[in-house]
Amino acid sequence: MASILEMSIIYAFVCVLLAMLFCTVRLVIGPSAHDRALALDTLWMCAMLLALVLGIRFRSEVYFEAAVLIALLGFVSTIAIAKFLMRGEVIE
Amino acid sequence: MNAVENIPVWAAVPVAVLVILGGSIILIGALGLMRLPSFYQRIHGPAITVTLGAGCILMASILYFSVLQSRVVVHELIITAFVFMTAPVVSMMIMRAAVYRDLRAGKKDTGVSSGGVYRSETRE
Repeated sequence: MASILEMSIIYAFVCVLLAMLFCTVRLVIGPSAHDRALALDTLWMCAMLLALVLGIRFRSEVYFEAAVLIALLGFVSTIAIAKFLMRGEVIE
Repeated sequence: MNAVENIPVWAAVPVAVLVILGGSIILIGALGLMRLPSFYQRIHGPAITVTLGAGCILMASILYFSVLQSRVVVHELIITAFVFMTAPVVSMMIMRAAVYRDLRAGKKDTGVSSGGVYRSETRE
């Protein structure tokens, strides 16, 4: 029964990697700056989900610590980018 | 590379279904981010990734490690609470930035309007 689980985890891994590839495509070709900010935020989120899938696969706590850190840093950086794009300064 | 731990069938099947569902939803959200034509349609793509896709993966993780009983599930709950609190905030900030930028640049073809708040727009 572990083989079903392993196959599904490999499938999810490939799906998340393809999602990161699509986000990178949008990050490169995005016509405006807020498109790029949105693509970067989705890329952070996909990286967090990749760490979660790896954590399920290898049963390691380190991946979950990494996922918490990635979620925190992604939130702060996206808010900073959005505020900079809106007003031209981060802290007003 | 250690193998996936053997867990009973009644737990392995829901975990596998949740992981497959989560992966597919994440892929669909990112595909929407890449393929949709305008920014205001594109912002709806990642919303499904960060709510339903992340929710499925986190539920699978909680179920797997609870059945395995190797440790207490605290990280997943922290991540769930954090993601579900910050996703609307991030979405709203990027949306406001996009609306301000499009209004400032005068891009009428994107369909953005201030609802007649500014005098320069009501004059037209």
